[in-house]
Amino acid sequence: MIIRRDVFQAIADPTRRAILVLVATQSMTAGAIAANFDTARPTVSKHLQILTECELLEQEQTGREVFYHFNPKKMKEVADFIEPFRKMWDDRFDKLENIMKKYNPNSNRGKK
Amino acid sequence: MERKTKVNAGDGQQDIVITREFNLPLELLFKAHAEAELIEQWMSHEYGTTKFVKLESRKHGSWQMETTDAQGKVAFRANGVIHEFVPNQKITRTFEMEHSPFGVQLELYVFEKLSDDTSKLTMHVIYESVAQRDQVLKLPFSQGLNMAHNRLQDIVSKLK
Repeated sequence: MIIRRDVFQAIADPTRRAILVLVATQSMTAGAIAANFDTARPTVSKHLQILTECELLEQEQTGREVFYHFNPKKMKEVADFIEPFRKMWDDRFDKLENIMKKYNPNSNRGKK
Repeated sequence: MERKTKVNAGDGQQDIVITREFNLPLELLFKAHAEAELIEQWMSHEYGTTKFVKLESRKHGSWQMETTDAQGKVAFRANGVIHEFVPNQKITRTFEMEHSPFGVQLELYVFEKLSDDTSKLTMHVIYESVAQRDQVLKLPFSQGLNMAHNRLQDIVSKLK
């Protein structure tokens, strides 16, 4: 059974983030990616598997080699994860600002 | 796009920092966080009306509020205690959503004067665990408050 990974757990790991940075600039084979790390090859393979499962990486077969691509669309979704929460507070604070701009119980303050 | 409100949620950490600069004098910004009828106004929205059952804005005071939906049904009740209350400077309180799995959060509100007409709020919210923080961050998805993000909500729920 394939366990779908949580994309946020995937990017919480520093090695996996380093892999993403690496692959973001160019497509690479598993071997070329592993060559950049001191970590054992099977460990790197495991990381690639997790990143592929949550669609941050995409595999492409070219001849006998498998190249890994970075999927910027998925990364954008990760960046947007906090956005609804941020937007909720932004809306509340906009409202607060509007309400308080009109709030003026003491006209003797002389403020406009 | 201008982003007035910033949310900083570090990977694997159990806290978040929300910052916002307001075109309001410090005193008004603080008042909007100290008086029940003002908080009720800015916390309420088209999906729900927020009312305080009680709010004792003072050191060792306590508070409870509820949000009712458009049909007048209580959708949400939260409460906590006020640990520190320094006018125009700081409010430290706890926040707990009743009958929810989200636990208690510690909230530190720091108010700063930027100029005579501008001020800044820094909200530091600390959760019981990383998992609880992430659950709370995902809440706006599950509440469906942001329709534009429904597609992402589908993706997130499938990943769980």
